[in-house]
Amino acid sequence: MKRGDFEEKIVRLLMILSALLVLGSLFALLTVVVWRGISALSLSMITETPVGGYYFGRSGGILNAIIGSLYLAGAATFLSCLISLPAALYLNEYSTNSKVANSVRLSLDVLWGIPSIVYGAFAFTIMLYLSARASLFWGIITVALLVFPIMTRAMDEAIRLVPLSLREGSYALGSTRLETATRVVVRQALPGILTAILLAFGRGIGDAASVLFTAGYSDSVPRSIFEPAATLPLAVFFQLTSPVPQVQDRAYASAIILLILVLIASLASRVSTRKLFRYVVG
Amino acid sequence: MTQERISVRNLNVLFNAHHALKNISVDIPENGITMIIGPSGCGKTTFLKAINRLLDLTEGAKVSGEITVGETNVYSERNVTDIRKRLGLISQTPTPLPMSIYDNVAYGPRIHGASDGKALERLVENCLEIVALWDEVKTRLKEPASKLSVGQQQRLCMARTIAIRPEILLCDEPTSALDPTSARSIELLFQMLKNEYTIVFVTHSLSQARRLADHVIFLYLGELVEHGPASEFFAKPKDPRTRAYIDGVFG
Amino acid sequence: MDRGIVDVLAGRVMWAVSAFSLVLVFIIASVLVLKSMPILSSRSLVELLITSAWNPPRGEFGFYPFVAGTFLVTGLTLLLACPVCLLTAVYLAEYAPRGIRGIVKPAVDLLAGIPSVIFGLWGVLFIVPLIKGYAARLLGINITGYSVLAGAIVLAIMVSPILISISEEVIRAVPLQLREASVALGATSWQTTKHVVLRKALPGIFAAVVLAFGRAFGETMAVLMVVGNVPQVPTSVLDPAYPIPALIANEYGEMLSIPFYDSALLFGALILLIVVSVFNIMARIVLVKLEGRSF
Repeated sequence: MKRGDFEEKIVRLLMILSALLVLGSLFALLTVVVWRGISALSLSMITETPVGGYYFGRSGGILNAIIGSLYLAGAATFLSCLISLPAALYLNEYSTNSKVANSVRLSLDVLWGIPSIVYGAFAFTIMLYLSARASLFWGIITVALLVFPIMTRAMDEAIRLVPLSLREGSYALGSTRLETATRVVVRQALPGILTAILLAFGRGIGDAASVLFTAGYSDSVPRSIFEPAATLPLAVFFQLTSPVPQVQDRAYASAIILLILVLIASLASRVSTRKLFRYVVG
Repeated sequence: MTQERISVRNLNVLFNAHHALKNISVDIPENGITMIIGPSGCGKTTFLKAINRLLDLTEGAKVSGEITVGETNVYSERNVTDIRKRLGLISQTPTPLPMSIYDNVAYGPRIHGASDGKALERLVENCLEIVALWDEVKTRLKEPASKLSVGQQQRLCMARTIAIRPEILLCDEPTSALDPTSARSIELLFQMLKNEYTIVFVTHSLSQARRLADHVIFLYLGELVEHGPASEFFAKPKDPRTRAYIDGVFG
Repeated sequence: MDRGIVDVLAGRVMWAVSAFSLVLVFIIASVLVLKSMPILSSRSLVELLITSAWNPPRGEFGFYPFVAGTFLVTGLTLLLACPVCLLTAVYLAEYAPRGIRGIVKPAVDLLAGIPSVIFGLWGVLFIVPLIKGYAARLLGINITGYSVLAGAIVLAIMVSPILISISEEVIRAVPLQLREASVALGATSWQTTKHVVLRKALPGIFAAVVLAFGRAFGETMAVLMVVGNVPQVPTSVLDPAYPIPALIANEYGEMLSIPFYDSALLFGALILLIVVSVFNIMARIVLVKLEGRSF
């Protein structure tokens, strides 16, 4: 068995190195971005909108992008939720034909895999057809399309975990499918459902390709849903391509802000799973 | 509480190719405890689920035959929720709903139209008293039901079932997941309840059947082998398989 | 019964909502096909995909550099990512102690959530200069650093969460009895993993790789920032490339000013849609068969 042991030792070493490489990449990414951007991070970055000439070095901040992204991702997540939750409940509580349920799940998987640029191009084509201009509204629609397969899939998984015995307990008391779905299943799956929503939000706020053509860009905070809106990912990108080093530094600072927002969503989904759900069984 | 009699005629249940229940015809009397006995896997749970139409939820299950509760044909009844309201089901493992203790008991009445108020509170208190849980939980009604012990959870399930005022209680080995003391207290509870409800009780324990049964139905491999009043059944079994089972040869 | 009617109505609404996803796939595909028709009818499909001349103002739409670029970048991504991620997945599933799992798993989840534009940023800041430096020092050549290799490295890190988490799940799903049987025969831990567990998990791991391929194939922002965006077929990994997503993102502004350009770009989107969907469906079918449920 000596050869086997030797092989085992080598492989263990390689495994640990691989894991370290993965951790190291994350570490490298976070440190480089933060280190480069922290100096440009200031209060004015998050409280002011760009002044004319901002991209050439003048003062201002990216409040327009922060608010724009929050509006956009928030509305898109909400819109998507209105479709995802009923769909996920339907697949689990109502669908009597597993073939139908499986085709829906398959199409959700296909939608899940469609690159965000394709969603953007698709939406843009519709916009051209309707002679519509780029605006917050179209950005919301596009991101909602992008995000809804992700949310539905995650909710579906959470709802599937609800044990049959719990459902049977509810049905045995004479409840309808809707009552069981809304009063028992959703309650039990609530942690998972919330995680799905936050996951979708994180994805929506960070995606650039879907909003590139559809939400436009603007230096001011959008006042109506039909105005173009700046988004954080695009703000990072546009600042980076500026010839002025100061502005490039601000790109990194904007990236830090984006990272923080995504991190908050990620942490929120972890915390919610544990503390807030006293009534979940099992 | 009115009691009702259950009439089963030519009940056949198939799970895809597996013939789980074969042509069962039997009457369950409206008084007393009818115990359904037989070795594991012989269709006892399936029989119960056929009565309250929980089999509707199982994919691939085909049910044929006639089940009548009182005057109503269970399977031709358009509104399945009405039928289920008349038949309470208590399963083997306690399944508290993901809510507070109070809400668990109130759930049934609420979905059937009861509004919050003094009347509902009294109903919940009453049901919890009947199952001898009231004293233990009266100070913590808002706590999650999942915090109760297994024995308490099973009694909670009984309370919530009683709350919908069924005529019949279908019980699927309700004590087998409990420790002996809790099991015994629940058995006593059933003996008290049998004067008000028709009780159909599945068990794989012969000793429990001897303790509780007024009538017995013996199912083996999906077939109805023998049935009758408990005294006759245990003293003078007619079928050789029954004799073998009672003597502990198998199961 | 009132409740009954509510129940049925709600069911109808939910059904419509679920059907929406089926319908959506067809709508997206149809729109893209429709918009691609102009360019497809003026030139043959083969001609579009094989020729390299790309000069839209002159009506030349040779997609080959972009197709080649996309496949090359994606292929190299997988080459870099698979060994590392698979080893990590095996480590997490079979060997890692609780504490280490508690660090690595959240790290992988965190990686999954980082927006692509930040990966691109980091690529520009860190990877591109690194490549430029090494090329100068080790090979004595002078390049910008924006290359297939840069794209592949960044993408490899981006797709590692998918590879790691799906592979890990699939490996963990291999039943305990199988492992016990192998160990009872005297095999070491690694021998068990290699000959028994991985063999059983192979379809699932293959599916994970296919899904990662799809993700890398369609990635836009990160790749666009580091890959150079030169419409030429790359001859080495140090050459720049121009993957299709980057093409669409960069050129959409010109779409309407040049005839056939919008059709060409949407044809590019259609290629993306078809390739990614085919790969996705393949992977899902494998995963569903494995577990009897969809991932």
